[in-house]
Amino acid sequence: MTADVLLPLLVLAMPFVSFVLLAVVGPLRRTGRGAGVVSIAAIAVSFVAALVVWDRGIVAARTWGWIPADGGPIATVGVLVDPLSNAMLVLVTLVSLLVQIYSLAYLADERRAPLGRYYTYQSLFVFSMLGLVLAPGFLQMFIFWELVGLCSYLLIGFWYERPAAARAAVKAFWITKLGDVGFIVGIVLLWSATGTFEFDDLFEKAQANALAVPDLAAIMFLIYLGAVGKSAQFPLHVWLPDAMEGPTPVSALIHAATMVTAGVYMVTRTEPLFALVPEVLTLIAWVGAFTALLAATMACVEGDIKRVLAYSTVSQLGYMMAAAGAGASPAGFLHLLTHGLFKALLFLAAGAVIHAAGTNDIFRMGGLFRAMPHTAIVFVVGTLALAGVPPLAGFFSKEAVLGGVWEAHLAVPFLMLALTALLTAFYMFRVVFVTFFGRAHAGGHPHEAPWLMRGPLWVLAILTVVVGIRLALGGGEAHEEAPAWLAPLSVGLAAAGFVLAWAMYQRGAIDPARVAAALAPLDYAARRRYGLDALYAGLYRGIILGFSRLIGWIDRYFVDGILNALTALTLRAGDSLRRMQSGRAQDYVYGVAFGMLLLFVCAQLWRR
Amino acid sequence: MIGLSSYLVLAALVFSIGLFGVLTRRNAVGILLGIELMLNAVNINFVAFARYNGDLIGLIFTLFTISITVAEVAVGLAIVIAIFRVRRTVEADRLDLLRG
Repeated sequence: MTADVLLPLLVLAMPFVSFVLLAVVGPLRRTGRGAGVVSIAAIAVSFVAALVVWDRGIVAARTWGWIPADGGPIATVGVLVDPLSNAMLVLVTLVSLLVQIYSLAYLADERRAPLGRYYTYQSLFVFSMLGLVLAPGFLQMFIFWELVGLCSYLLIGFWYERPAAARAAVKAFWITKLGDVGFIVGIVLLWSATGTFEFDDLFEKAQANALAVPDLAAIMFLIYLGAVGKSAQFPLHVWLPDAMEGPTPVSALIHAATMVTAGVYMVTRTEPLFALVPEVLTLIAWVGAFTALLAATMACVEGDIKRVLAYSTVSQLGYMMAAAGAGASPAGFLHLLTHGLFKALLFLAAGAVIHAAGTNDIFRMGGLFRAMPHTAIVFVVGTLALAGVPPLAGFFSKEAVLGGVWEAHLAVPFLMLALTALLTAFYMFRVVFVTFFGRAHAGGHPHEAPWLMRGPLWVLAILTVVVGIRLALGGGEAHEEAPAWLAPLSVGLAAAGFVLAWAMYQRGAIDPARVAAALAPLDYAARRRYGLDALYAGLYRGIILGFSRLIGWIDRYFVDGILNALTALTLRAGDSLRRMQSGRAQDYVYGVAFGMLLLFVCAQLWRR
Repeated sequence: MIGLSSYLVLAALVFSIGLFGVLTRRNAVGILLGIELMLNAVNINFVAFARYNGDLIGLIFTLFTISITVAEVAVGLAIVIAIFRVRRTVEADRLDLLRG
């Protein structure tokens, strides 16, 4: 085995070792901070190895047989290392490393045992995510896909004593499962049609036009459903905002930078297969653009800083999906990477703000710039990147996405995405102005976060700038031949959003209440999340609870009824038979004597 | 000579009388006497068959039966006395602790 395979394996193995160590060795886990140090050390090694892999540009593939069968294994496990997974490895390990360091300070008030549990889950998550990224076939990808879902469930429900957190965890689990059902059905159908799970085999066949599978469109649509659930696409996006009940570093890692992008990664990874079914691709683009716009409008009326960021994540995931659907998956993937950086930055900064202000509600913060300048500066950097201001990282990837969608002649999705860009700038600067520059609110003494939290923030902020500058200088690999008016347009949209937010929330030139009144139906609908949450809750109550009630009724009155009747019969029979047992020896002798007599009579009759 | 069947009829009569006593006597001692009669009916059968077949096995068996019957009566009476000490009665109808 060459170093080309060993290094990625090392990246994958370190978090697993840390997980097993923490899971098995109870005393180590219960040290809390000690467990954190172990986990961080492991992920640091992983990160360095991932950097080396990325730097060397290793391209390697190695699989081992897993499920044996006649004529070669049915399924394999292994690693597939190419530029796509290289970049993803670096992103996942980098953000995980920073998040885990940040968590040491953020969760400093936790008791030791839960803290150890937290780091155990974190290690498991990083391992699962890396396994997903390195998967050489659908089956391994699905297994790790489910594992990250499990970790997401565990970490959203980290504070499981809080009913809201427990509910959110279950909701996230179930709703992503809805998509996963489609995913696994699609994988199995594809396997039964082609006989392989391996990406390499599938791509070769796809390239050679030898993938003569009837209903390929349906199969790919089912596989896409998995991405809809995981990457929070309409209509399965409702779990992501609720997932904010988890600790903020978890939101930054899982629900912004890594796990939720697994769907986009999967679509990008299997792009040669999706390319065969243009109708599904078009659907992906439309759904992505619609998701982007829908989530952006909801973000505009949200008052909870983490939820704003969550809707923003949904919205940006829609961007990536739209790019993938438009055939510009490199642009989508670039946006995935840059978004991973600055969204993690924004979440971690928001965590610092929440930590200092003791509330999630932006309207109860205000004037925090003076109290926590570091956090404010990095938050603004993240906001500028998300709004798409050059030369920050977000600008180039966003422009690439818009260019890709335009190139694909998807006019309506393009318009939706452009409008989303405007709204993105608006709602992000709304948060910035209200939180950091507005009038300071009385009560509480917000303070700057400790260095353990500020360090990761600065690293991410500097990376956001550096990556942006590198993209500006090097052009980036995903620079499409976009029309010349695109860059001014996207900057213009960002500027318009900025000005709008400034006028409404800083200058006070436009009264937000009057705008809301003018757009009353939209405002009403967005505030109620377009009724989708209510719809799911209703469906859940109506169908699942109704069905449970029906089953419960059948169980109680039908199944139990039969059993009750049987027991009653047995009891009654026993009760009446009991009377035969008089307890008097003479009665028994009567029985014996008459029995014998009867036997003699019978024997006599028989003989005849 | 009196035939075998006469002995058997006598034994059956004695047995039936004994059984009747066992079934109807209310006193535990009376029941024991009934059992004695039934066992002696058996003895009559043994002796009759021994005589009929002309061998000694039936006679020897009878001796055993008699001695065992003596032991049985001793044990039975001891039980009756023990019951009387506890319950102050030997009425069979009232000894129904095993009633279901």
